Amino acid sequence: MTSATLRHAGWILRGNPLTAVAATGVVLLTLIAMFGPWIVPYDPIVSNVSQALMPPSAAHIAGTDQLGRDVFSRLIVAARLDLVIAISAVGISFAIGAVIGAICGYTGGKLDRGVGRFVDVVMAFPLFVLAMAMVAALGNRVENIVIATAIINLPFYIRFARAEVNVRRNVGWVEAARACGDSHLSVVLRFLLPNVLPAMAVQISLNLGWAILNAAGLSFIGLGVKPPTPEWGIMVAEGARFISTGKWWLVAFPGLALMLTVLCFNLLGDGVRDILDPRMRT
Amino acid sequence: MTKSLLEMNDLHVTFSTRRGLVEAVRGVTLSLGEGEMLGLVGESGSGKSVTGFAITRLLDAAGRVAAGNIRFRGQDITKISAGDFRHLHGAAMAMIFQNPRAALNPIRAVGDQIADAITAHKRMPRDEARAQALGLLRAVQIRDPEKRMAAYPHELSGGMCQRVMIAMAISCNPALLIADEPTTGLDVTTQKVVMDLLTGIAAERGMATILITHDLGLAARYCRRVVVMEQGRLVEEAEPLRLFRAPKHAYTKRLVAASPTASSRIEDLVPEEDRGREISVLAAPRPARAPGTPPLLEVQKIVKRFDQGAAAVADCSMTSSAGESVGLVGESGSGKSTTSRIICRLIDPSEGEIAFEGQSIGHIPARDFHRSPFRKDIQIVFQDPNDSLNPRFTAFDCIAHPLLRLSGMRPGDVLRQRVEECAQRVGLGLDLLTRFPHQLSGGQKARVGIARAIACRPRLLVLDEPTAALDVSVQAVVLQLLDRLRREDDLAFLFVSHDLNVVRMMCDRTIVLQSGRIVEQGESRAMFDNPKTAYTRELVDAVPHIEPELAAMAT
Repeated sequence: MTSATLRHAGWILRGNPLTAVAATGVVLLTLIAMFGPWIVPYDPIVSNVSQALMPPSAAHIAGTDQLGRDVFSRLIVAARLDLVIAISAVGISFAIGAVIGAICGYTGGKLDRGVGRFVDVVMAFPLFVLAMAMVAALGNRVENIVIATAIINLPFYIRFARAEVNVRRNVGWVEAARACGDSHLSVVLRFLLPNVLPAMAVQISLNLGWAILNAAGLSFIGLGVKPPTPEWGIMVAEGARFISTGKWWLVAFPGLALMLTVLCFNLLGDGVRDILDPRMRT
Repeated sequence: MTKSLLEMNDLHVTFSTRRGLVEAVRGVTLSLGEGEMLGLVGESGSGKSVTGFAITRLLDAAGRVAAGNIRFRGQDITKISAGDFRHLHGAAMAMIFQNPRAALNPIRAVGDQIADAITAHKRMPRDEARAQALGLLRAVQIRDPEKRMAAYPHELSGGMCQRVMIAMAISCNPALLIADEPTTGLDVTTQKVVMDLLTGIAAERGMATILITHDLGLAARYCRRVVVMEQGRLVEEAEPLRLFRAPKHAYTKRLVAASPTASSRIEDLVPEEDRGREISVLAAPRPARAPGTPPLLEVQKIVKRFDQGAAAVADCSMTSSAGESVGLVGESGSGKSTTSRIICRLIDPSEGEIAFEGQSIGHIPARDFHRSPFRKDIQIVFQDPNDSLNPRFTAFDCIAHPLLRLSGMRPGDVLRQRVEECAQRVGLGLDLLTRFPHQLSGGQKARVGIARAIACRPRLLVLDEPTAALDVSVQAVVLQLLDRLRREDDLAFLFVSHDLNVVRMMCDRTIVLQSGRIVEQGESRAMFDNPKTAYTRELVDAVPHIEPELAAMAT
């Protein structure tokens, strides 16, 4: 079973080298996030003013910032925070959104219309502004960034799960499950949700990249993680002050890290769906 | 013999797939005269549609003609360029597809679509094209053709959509018409009308026609020559009379035997040498029941109205006793599926009473029926085995599911034994239990569905067109299996079907539904041999029986 899954994953990846590259990138990123603090050459927090604003060199491959901290070390350590924010935010909105959406898609009627209008209202806001407002109101903390990111993502999951469940609610195996003694709720949670997972995996993967950007964006405008904690968004924000004086490495490397991470998650999306769908496994 | 229009020589078609090259057509040699009507018969996977697609060059990107040639009016059309081929499309050959609604553009009025087909091959002013389109709609005998010109496909019935498709196909007077299962999705009465129309037009305009179908009876009724295909090869070619009286090839024999006719019996469907243990229990006498026992199922005046509009089921009453097999027939929209689901307590009736073994079950709302002790007594087998199994469950999980839910069993050896016993009873190999639905064939999926339904030993089994999606030879085996299970378990059947020949064989009594009302009911054979109402007669006449056609040809 597991070996079949692995073989299947291998087949998909061979046929789709971009997915393989993206998957490698994501695995690498995860390793960095897990072991980052132990493998960095310098302490990311302690300042060393004598070494401030050094361009990239053999000793500091991504240069140093205005306090003499090694940019490369800060980039590595920041990966964990950014990934944790993105994964927990997407995890929360997926778990809640998929269940709400699936129930709405299955039952239809008043509940469906009510939730649908609520979703429309949330989506009518500029989502980033909404997140800003929530973080400003709740306080400038990591968990509030996660909550705000989760809430602005929620409508997408509700809609997606609703649509996917809605087209399946009349298929034979749903009726069969009812005839086999399952309640409506059990049909939704144990039959329909697992079947829409492969399609939602694409959404999750795309969303992870988007959530990282969102967290970095909040930090960039000062509504996120506070300095001196290393975080890609803050690093870009702080570096921006020095860009006019030609200190390009302060902005370029965190920006590159963001871009590559988001790219990896986006590219991974389609491959993940193919791997998770049992029907692709002929 | 008339001049030959189309000649295929040793045609091979291959598809490149994940598992390498697959040969779908392996050496077909065939010729078709001008104006001839040829039936191309075979089961799914026989390569009959692929042959049709190869002629019209509509193969998938993965498929190609690997060897052999197709000569159309002497010219090898497998060699000519795509540009030249476009001139042939429509003007010289046209195709009619299985699902007319899917083949029509949903957002364009049908009149415009026909006009498009005309102007694609002939330059002419739009008005003239539309005038011709109107003429074609008249030719296919659509009522109110002026009004229908502006109609969109979803506003037309399936039969009307197929007439529009026929109008499009004949718009440029092609010499060759390929009809791929043209009436498969249609009701029997509509099927007859559409086929009569199609053959009439083809004869009138001198078009040669290839009728691709899985239905031997249909091919026999309308074609002078029938070709049988199996696994990409031609196995037999004959006129229908000879084919049915004295099939030569073993496969044709099986196919002829498996096609239910008005006089066939369940035992005859599968030739003796192929029989497994399917009919080990022959007509055992039914155990006598004590007088005064309430009927197993008693349905009184049920009515079902959906949100708005007319009632889908109006005033239906019926009874069924234990071990009895009752057929429910009618055309699409007759309310037979709705009725079966109400009885199965998957949906609630708007009015009426349902009693099971004398106890009222109609008042239990469908949403709570899964907790009722009667849930395991009433089970259902669904129409399409392809969509009635959860794609993420293995065959084992599917069969174990009701046992876990309704019989209170726990995972373990006892459950495993029970599931394996059920699989054996339906003739499903134990090695298949670990497979997912997409790894099983249609017949195997049907068996899993049946095993699931009988796992909890129900008293009443509702069968909603259980074989409609299956090939005839698979249908034959499944019908025998069902009949054996019924006798073994003293199971009552409510057999929903549109196929009168199947119902006649399987059911003691039959109920005919039309627009949600019962129009006639009675003992199956007597009723079909001598229908009392006009509607039942119409249904019976529309079935392409083989014998009357043969009789007519013999004289």
